[in-house]
Amino acid sequence: MSFLDLKNVTKIYPNGTKAVHETSLSVDEGEFMVFVGPSGCGKSTLLRMVAGLEDITEGDINLDGKLINEVDPSERDVAMVFQNYALYPHMNVYNNLAYGLKNRGIDKETIEQKVNDAAKLLQISDYLQRKPSMLSGGQRQRVAMGRAIVRNPKIFLFDEPLSNLDAKLRIQMRLEIKKLQQKVGVTSIFVTHDQVEAMTLADRLAVINNGIIEQLGTPIEIYDNPKSLFVAGFIGSPQMNFLDGNIKNKTLSAEGFEIKDIDSDFEGEVKLGIRPEHLSQSENSLINLKVDLVEQLGSDNLVYGQLKDKKDFCYRCPGNLTIEKGADLSLNIENNKYYIFDKSTGKRVN
Amino acid sequence: MTRFITSSFSHLILLIGILIMVVPIWMIFASSTHTSSMINMNGLQMFLGDSFYENYLRVLLYQGGFFKEITALKMFFNSFIMATGVAILSVVTSLMAAYALVYYRIKYATLLFWIIFITILVPLELRIFPTYSVMAELNLVNSYFGLIVPISASAIATLFFRQFYKTVPDELLESAKLDGANTWRFFVDFLIPLSKTMIVAMLIFMFVFGYNQYLWPLLVTTSEQYWTVVMGLKMMSGSIVHRFAFVMMSMVPPILIIIVLQKYFIKGVFQDK
Ligand SMILES: Nc1ncnc2c1ncn2[C@@H]1O[C@H](COP(=O)(O)OP(=O)(O)OP(=O)(O)O)[C@@H](O)[C@H]1O
Ligand SMILES: [Mg+2]
Repeated sequence: MSFLDLKNVTKIYPNGTKAVHETSLSVDEGEFMVFVGPSGCGKSTLLRMVAGLEDITEGDINLDGKLINEVDPSERDVAMVFQNYALYPHMNVYNNLAYGLKNRGIDKETIEQKVNDAAKLLQISDYLQRKPSMLSGGQRQRVAMGRAIVRNPKIFLFDEPLSNLDAKLRIQMRLEIKKLQQKVGVTSIFVTHDQVEAMTLADRLAVINNGIIEQLGTPIEIYDNPKSLFVAGFIGSPQMNFLDGNIKNKTLSAEGFEIKDIDSDFEGEVKLGIRPEHLSQSENSLINLKVDLVEQLGSDNLVYGQLKDKKDFCYRCPGNLTIEKGADLSLNIENNKYYIFDKSTGKRVN
Repeated sequence: MTRFITSSFSHLILLIGILIMVVPIWMIFASSTHTSSMINMNGLQMFLGDSFYENYLRVLLYQGGFFKEITALKMFFNSFIMATGVAILSVVTSLMAAYALVYYRIKYATLLFWIIFITILVPLELRIFPTYSVMAELNLVNSYFGLIVPISASAIATLFFRQFYKTVPDELLESAKLDGANTWRFFVDFLIPLSKTMIVAMLIFMFVFGYNQYLWPLLVTTSEQYWTVVMGLKMMSGSIVHRFAFVMMSMVPPILIIIVLQKYFIKGVFQDK
């Protein structure tokens, strides 16, 4: 059994909302697991069940070899960082950090030692006497992290802790969280709906949709090998292009072009997925793109345009290529990197 | 120029208002420092006389009442005990009631709260005889307990604390739970410090409420030993200057309480949380 083990966990709220469906998941000790998915998919609910803040309707959760379904949150030895930090407004930073230790009956000197160590690690030593209301957003974020670290819990739970920060600070804190987790080595679960955050932080990633884990794997596995239409569309930025198509006798015909000898026995209506970065310009082209708009990001250009059938399409090319608005590009798929999904079920078929 | 006129006009109105409120009190105070024969001959006085110490000391130490058993000093003591008791007891009970109503999984908590709230519509005067007979049965007539307890359940204070608790974000409770705080610790370490200013404001309200009670103490005390200041105002016999002096002194405790705690009082009542 692994460190954290969820078995067929289901959550039905008292009002009948089924937020999590029979989810099973294992997290290894020291692993950084990220839950990613669109708003309302049940990420927070799953996390809060691990914390003990929501009852489990069905299924079992084991932490460190112990069934914790009925264990009170105060006894679970988990720490959580909330989206709005939930710092204690009437206590100064020192006491915010020390409170959990005091409740565990730890003696004063040890508490002081631990708080000072955590404060140093997070570079908040200078603010220990301040109230949370006198701190900036980034500093509050650090205090919230400190409150989790100082207790040395079995598991860290993060519920979108970075979403209240501005873009630059978010990237910086993202980096720091990752570094910190590697340094402290505590098992962590991080909830986010930002797929870039998910990709950069995760050891493993759980893509959740409608209360179900659609795919579980390392970020690269999921990016390279999405198992469903949803995962393919959700992971990757800019989003994967999807075209309607039809397979007959191993030949896929889409609007305006055909791919022969595909690696699938499927027959019928499909969606063809192509990532913008898996395209290149070439003579004997598959796809003809009429350029509407070019976004120059410096290292890359994002080229938006339309296919023959007026379908929107995106192509990502190196930043040193100059592409004019209105140009006609002929594009080829590199190394046969395309994904085919059953149109009715959304399952990958190639 | 017109601004000067309008602003001095509004100042004038405010000044008149202040005078209307202050002058009668000043006249009673000024009159209370004269001899009674002076007042009887010349009516109320605007200026201070020279019998201040004589009059006030006599009032404080004079054995009053029908049986000459009580001094004004003792009345002040009784009133202080009663007002403090009412203030503390009502604040403590309503803090706890509000906590239970907001944080415990009580099925009909909202309904229950409104039932408590409706008691505001039933003033003490309406239930005074049943309440008295309960006190009599329990042998609590003529005791501080009997003076304090029956008027110490405050629906208003419960309302205030309940509304405040409802604004405290859930994450605070959840965060505290994960930090190992149980129900009691959350109450003591979080809700009480967070509602500190409101607690002080309620203490003042309830102190003044307890201090101003008249009908209830009148009914539940037969021994003069338990007379309060407000009862004394009615019962005091003696010359007019002594009564004036007693009236002046009766205003001091509530004013003192408000002056000492006014910093918290204003914050508490107008807390924008
Ligand atoms: N207390 C509740 N009672 C009833 N339904 C709830 C409750 N909390 C959440 N839900 C529902 O459960 C589903 C999952 O909610 P959850 O908060 O887990 O979503 P989420 O993935 O965290 O979304 P977000 O990214 O917006 O935070 C939603 O449909 C939501 O409406
Ligand atoms: Mg959420």
